[in-house]
Amino acid sequence: MAPAVEMRSIVKTFPGVTANDGVDFSVEKGEIHGLLGENGAGKTVLMSILYGLYRPDAGEIYIDGERAEIESPAAAMSLGIGMVHQHFMLVPSLTVAENVVLGREPTRKGLIDEGEMLERVRASCAEFRLDVDIEAPVHTLSVGVQQRVEILKALHRGADILILDEPTAVLTPQEVEDLFMAIRAFTDQGKTVIFISHKLREVLSICDRITVLKRGKVVGTVEASETDMGELAEMMVGRRVVYSFEKAKVAPGEAMLTVEGLEALDDRGVPTLRGVDLEVRGSEILGLAGVEGNGQTELVEALMGLREAREGRVSLGSTDITGASPDERIRAGVSHIPEDRHKRGFIPDFSVTDNLILGSHREARFTRWGFVIDYEAAAGHAQALVEDYSIVTPGVGTHAGNLSGGNQQKVIVAREFDRNPRLVIAAQPTRGLDVGATEYVRKKLLDMRDGGSAVLLVSADLDEIWALSDRIAVIYEGRIVAVRDPAETDETELGLLMTGGRRG
Amino acid sequence: MKARELLSRVVSPETLRDIIIQIIAILMAFLVGAGVLLVTGYNPVDAYAAMFRGAFGDVFRVGQTLTQATPILFTALAFLFSFKSGLFNIGAEGQFLAGAFASALVGISFQNLPAPLHVLLALAAGAVAGGLWGLIPAVLKTRFGAHEVITTMMLSYVALYLTSYMVNYPFKAPGWVSQTVMIAESARLPRLLQGAQLSASIFIALALVLLTRFILNRTILGYEIRATGLNPSAAENAGIDVKRGMILALVVSGAIAGLGGSGEIMGVHRRFIDGFSPGYGWDGLAVALVGGLSPVGSLLAAILFGALRSGGMIMTRVTGVPLDIVFLLQALVILFVAAPSLIRAILKRGGLRW
Repeated sequence: MAPAVEMRSIVKTFPGVTANDGVDFSVEKGEIHGLLGENGAGKTVLMSILYGLYRPDAGEIYIDGERAEIESPAAAMSLGIGMVHQHFMLVPSLTVAENVVLGREPTRKGLIDEGEMLERVRASCAEFRLDVDIEAPVHTLSVGVQQRVEILKALHRGADILILDEPTAVLTPQEVEDLFMAIRAFTDQGKTVIFISHKLREVLSICDRITVLKRGKVVGTVEASETDMGELAEMMVGRRVVYSFEKAKVAPGEAMLTVEGLEALDDRGVPTLRGVDLEVRGSEILGLAGVEGNGQTELVEALMGLREAREGRVSLGSTDITGASPDERIRAGVSHIPEDRHKRGFIPDFSVTDNLILGSHREARFTRWGFVIDYEAAAGHAQALVEDYSIVTPGVGTHAGNLSGGNQQKVIVAREFDRNPRLVIAAQPTRGLDVGATEYVRKKLLDMRDGGSAVLLVSADLDEIWALSDRIAVIYEGRIVAVRDPAETDETELGLLMTGGRRG
Repeated sequence: MKARELLSRVVSPETLRDIIIQIIAILMAFLVGAGVLLVTGYNPVDAYAAMFRGAFGDVFRVGQTLTQATPILFTALAFLFSFKSGLFNIGAEGQFLAGAFASALVGISFQNLPAPLHVLLALAAGAVAGGLWGLIPAVLKTRFGAHEVITTMMLSYVALYLTSYMVNYPFKAPGWVSQTVMIAESARLPRLLQGAQLSASIFIALALVLLTRFILNRTILGYEIRATGLNPSAAENAGIDVKRGMILALVVSGAIAGLGGSGEIMGVHRRFIDGFSPGYGWDGLAVALVGGLSPVGSLLAAILFGALRSGGMIMTRVTGVPLDIVFLLQALVILFVAAPSLIRAILKRGGLRW
C-alpha cells in the first residue's frame, strides 16, 4: 500500500537559510509519526509545505501514492490534510459548533441553519469520540478543551492526515493522557497522525515511528520501540545530552524571598492571587508546579512589581519590597526570566547589544556623564556575554528578533544572570527551546543556585520541575496548596494537587 | 553594483533599501501627477520645469523653499519624537499654534529688553506653551487612558479657536485684520536673505534635527523612549517608567512643535495673524512619514514639501496649472510612501530583488 504521505527531496530556502535541504519524509497510513528536531531544524517548514502554507523550491509530494501540488491550506484540506497549530485559530466569542463549521456553514435561505449545524457537529463529536459541549462559547473553555475543538474542526473537514504541532505544550498531565487516547482512537479508525514535539518522552510513548531532522536534513527514521531518549537526543543535537543533572548537594541558606498572604487581581479585575505564602531560600531552587492559569503569571508579575499587591507582604532578605518599583527590585538584586519572552523578555527590534543592557542601561559602566549611553562599553559587554553564553548571532549589532528562539532566550538569560542576582524568578525558562538550549538554560539555573542565589522556578513542565527543584510547591486557584520534597512525592500526587484533587 | 557596495558602507542595507523605496515612491507620485497633467491638457514637462525653477532657480527661490520647509520640519520632528515612544501625536498643529501665540505674547509684552534676552524669552515661552499643550493629552492618557489620537487632535481645534478668539478680541490690533500688533524689534529673529522671509528659525530647526537624533540614538532618555515604543511590556519589566517616558515624549514633542510656531511668528510674520498656519502641524505628520521617521530623513522630506509649495506657486503663475496639482502631488507622495509593499511588488516585477 502506498504511504499516506511521501515527500521526496524537498528543498526550501529563505534568504540566507536553507530550511529544508533535500528532505525525504514518509508516513504510513494509520501510523502515529513523530517529527523531532531542534528549533530551526526545519520541521515546521516541512509541515507548512505539506499544509500548503509554503511552496517548496524543489521536490515532490505524494498523497496516497498520487502526485499532489499543494498550493494552499484549502488544497491541503481537500486532500484530507488537517493541521492543528501551536497557537489556536479559534474565534473566542463564537461557540464550539460555530467555530467548527466556520467557513462552510450550512445555510438556509442565506441564513445559518442552526439546527443543521448542531446536528452535523454533534455527529462529528460522536464519530471521532471527542467529548465537547458544542454550544459553549470557546472563550469559556480550558486550553485543553480548546485544543480538542481544533482537532474536531480539522476532522470535521474531512482530515485523514492530522498534523499536530507541539500539542502537549499547554496541557496538564491528565489532559495529555486524554489527548493520547484520542490520538490512538483516530489511528484505530485508519487516520494518520504526524506529531511534532520537543518532549522526547511523549514522542516515545505515543509514536510508532520517529523521524529526526537536523539543520534541514533528515538524520534518520527509527521505530519508537527500538530506540530510547538518549539515542533520540543524540540524533537531534549530534552529541550526548545530559538528562539527569548531577545536582551538587548545597545546604540552603537564609530565606531570600518571603511572601506572606499575597493577594492580587488579574487583568480583568478578578481576585486571582488569594493569599500566597511562599519562601525561597538562598542556594535553593523552589519549583512552582501548577496548571497554567492558577495565578502563576500574576504571582510573578506581583513579585517583579509589575502588578499591584492588594494585600500581603513581599520581602527580599530582610527588606520589605512590597511597594517597590521594578527598577528598585532590579537594583535590589531580583532577576526575571519572563514566561512570554516576546511580550516581556526582550525587544525584537533592538540590537543584541541594546537587549543585553536592558534594565542595566542606567548603570555607570554603560553610561557617560550620567545621561549618554556608552555604546562602545555596551558593545564590548555584549561581545563578552555572547561568548560566555555561546549566543549564536552574526554580530552584536544584529536585531535580536532575527535570532532563533533558543538564542533569544540565551540573550535574556545572559542579561539576567550577569547581574549576580540574589533572587532569580524563572518563568517557563525553557518553553519552546530545543534540547540543546534547554539543557544549557537548566544548567545555568543550577549554577545560579550553587552560587548562592535563590531560584523560583515556575514551569508547566513537570519533568523540568522534577529535574531541578530542591523543593516543589504546588499552586492551585491562587494559593499554595502543598510544598513537597521531590524525593517524597510522585507525578500522580502532584497531578492531583495541581488539579485540586487533593489538599496538602 | 559597485555603487551599492560603496553606499552600504555608509548606511546599512536595510536603511539603503528604505531610502530607495522612498525615492521611488516620490518618482512614482510625479509620474502619476504627469499623467493627470496630460489628461487635463497641460504639458507636464513644462509644468515640472517651471516648478523646479520656482523651487531652486536662484538663491531667492531656494530661500522661499527653505522658508516653506522650516515650519513643517519642526512639526515633523515633533511627530517622530512622540512616535518613537509609541504615541501618535497628531496634534502638532495645536502645539504649534500654542507656541506661536505664547511667543507673540512675549514679543508684544516687553519693549525695553536686550534683544538676545527677549528672543530667548519668547522662544522659551513658545516651547513651554507647546510643551504644556502636549502635557494635557499625556496626562489624560496616563491617568485616564484617553487615546492620544483623539485628545491631541481635539486639542488642536481648541488651540485654533482659542488663539483665533484672542486675536479677534483681547489682543486684536487696531484695524480690520484679525492679528496682534507687531512684536518688538528685540524679539525678532533675523532674516537671512534680502527681500525673502527666510529667517534664523531654520537654524533652530537644523539644530533640533541633530538634537533629536542625538537624544533618540545616544542618550538614556532616548533609549528608554525607543524601548517603550517598541515593546512597552518589556520596557516596564526592565524597570523603565513607561508612563513617565510617554509623558516626557509628548511634552518634548509639543515643545518642538511650539518652537516651530515661535519661529514663524518671530522670523516670518512678526505678529500673530489669525489663520497664519495653512496646516503646518498636519503636514509635519506626512513629512515625518515620507522621511522614514528619522530626523535627517525628515529634513530631506521637509525640503521636498517646501519645494513643492514654493515651486508650485511659480508653476501656477508661469504655466497656469492650478495650484491644486501641488496638493495632488503631496497626496500621491504620501500614498506611495505609505504603501512600501506596493513599491516592493513593482520592483519585483521589474526583476529586482530586495
